[in-house]
Amino acid sequence: MAEVVAPNQPSGDWQGKYYHVDQVLETPGPRTSDAFAAGDQVKGFLRNQSKILVIGAGGLGCEILANLALMGFKDIHVIDMDTIDISNLNRQFLFRPKDVGKPKATVAAEFVMQRVPGVTVTPYYGKIQDKDDDYYMQFNIVVCGLDSVEARRWINATLVNLVDESNPDSLKPLIDGGTEGFKGQARVIFPGVTSCYECSLDMLNKPVAFPICTIANTPRLPEHCIEWASVLEWPRVHGSKKLDTDDPEHITWLYNIASTRAQEFKIEGVTWALTQGVVKNIIPAIASTNAIIAASCCNEAFKLATQCAPYLNNYFMFIGTEGIYSYTFEHQRRPECPVCGGETIDVQIGKEWTLEKLMEWLLEKQDIQIKKPSLSTDGKPLYYQGPPQLEEATRPNLEKLLSDLVPNEGEISVTSTSLPFTLTLRVTYT
Amino acid sequence: MIQIWNMKKKDSAAAKKKPKIGAAQIRVQKDLTELDLPSTMKTVFADPADLLNFSLVITPDEGMYVGGAFNFSFTIGPNYPHEPPKVKCTQKIYHPNVDLEGNVCLNILREDWKPVLNLNSVMVGLQYLFLEPNAEDPLNKEAAEDLRKNREYFISNVKSSLRGGAIRGVTYDRVQVK
Repeated sequence: MAEVVAPNQPSGDWQGKYYHVDQVLETPGPRTSDAFAAGDQVKGFLRNQSKILVIGAGGLGCEILANLALMGFKDIHVIDMDTIDISNLNRQFLFRPKDVGKPKATVAAEFVMQRVPGVTVTPYYGKIQDKDDDYYMQFNIVVCGLDSVEARRWINATLVNLVDESNPDSLKPLIDGGTEGFKGQARVIFPGVTSCYECSLDMLNKPVAFPICTIANTPRLPEHCIEWASVLEWPRVHGSKKLDTDDPEHITWLYNIASTRAQEFKIEGVTWALTQGVVKNIIPAIASTNAIIAASCCNEAFKLATQCAPYLNNYFMFIGTEGIYSYTFEHQRRPECPVCGGETIDVQIGKEWTLEKLMEWLLEKQDIQIKKPSLSTDGKPLYYQGPPQLEEATRPNLEKLLSDLVPNEGEISVTSTSLPFTLTLRVTYT
Repeated sequence: MIQIWNMKKKDSAAAKKKPKIGAAQIRVQKDLTELDLPSTMKTVFADPADLLNFSLVITPDEGMYVGGAFNFSFTIGPNYPHEPPKVKCTQKIYHPNVDLEGNVCLNILREDWKPVLNLNSVMVGLQYLFLEPNAEDPLNKEAAEDLRKNREYFISNVKSSLRGGAIRGVTYDRVQVK
């Protein structure tokens, strides 16, 4: 056993604190890469230089934060937009009953800092979308423990966009963990190099949806009654007022409506919690699955930061529903992926070029073989081949100078029936 | 810290910076500009710069609903095509698969939606509802019952509803075109 010294030194470190971790950092093993700088160099990077971002401070996030802090990451940032709900306390172990209602990120950060001396956890209570590229640039690694497809797609696209060929530091490894009941997955994404989150979007389980006529006429399940309340009754009664699934009053309204309907059809099982679960598409979370997946994510973060062992390439799935089954494979990039796929061409354009001239130039380009291209910039149409109304509305642009429509170094997205992917033109004016 | 750059250099196709617009937006551009609609369907954009909110007018040229013009609103969310577009009929029409609030029972709009489907598939699916109304998936139960029990009676109800007539106490919107 290592000698234990009182843990109240200013650095938070004491002799032997990292004894076990150091066993893998002090000597190269048979499978460590040549770049592995055993000893002080790698320890110094891990403990004094690396900066890691954790997105999500929920079921996975609590585990990830604890693991990273105990492994020796000392500069950890965490983002979460949620506050603590009493139902989180069964597995989100950084929170206590007195914390209910407080921001998850803040409470988690304070807890970890108190428990692991010498670690700085910087919380941000808000949305990932609030932060800009400069914010994400400061990190070496991003670890996600999220429950939302939308947030994952956003951070994935943001990190893919961040990659700048002239700056090696712009490539941020993204480690994504996810769980659903007894199932989970961990993956390592090198934006622009390996398959990205968007590449694998078709692997997602479909959100559960019931035929609307079943909901309207022949409900058999409590879920049918809840969907009846949220899909049909809410818009009928409240008009254009949006259902806010985070508002307990809205959930209570749905619960009452669904209960009445359930009684009418002699269906049992409509509860407030189920109502919230159905409308928020909540999947039962199991603490132990979170622990397995978070551990995998953190092992990968540790290996990427230290190079002490080969990293996951690139997708690990864990299925605990029938015994234990796990499988690791290399998920392939999708060439037509709208985020990391497609092609970008740099185009030098004369100041006198009109949009029409650019279109002609595109059609003549032998190596693209494009037919009937539609063009937009920054989400706004430049010229659309259809539908007729949009073609007509964008036709006047054809005669305009391109420099009046697209700024220097601006980007044009080109789609066409003959292109299975999106072509991007980056224009510079000469 | 791992240096992925060397790995990246080997993969020459990797160097591609994408525009900062959403994946949903580009997919909608592709879906819309590549629509292949028959003359019986027309898209209408209240704001041609807003591709995520528009309407579709269907004017069937055969079947029981010939003579009517049916309006549907399309709303496309940021999670498209992971999630289907939201489609509603903006008129009160007499149809077994459309309720009085404008909800539409079409499998590919809910339980059978897949990201490989596109706006064209949804629009063709909607038109099909007017050619072959389906009494087995009712949203307007009375209309479905009418269709099941007596097709001729149902057809005369449809004709009357197109003119803005009332059926079983419900007055329908006049959707007839000259």
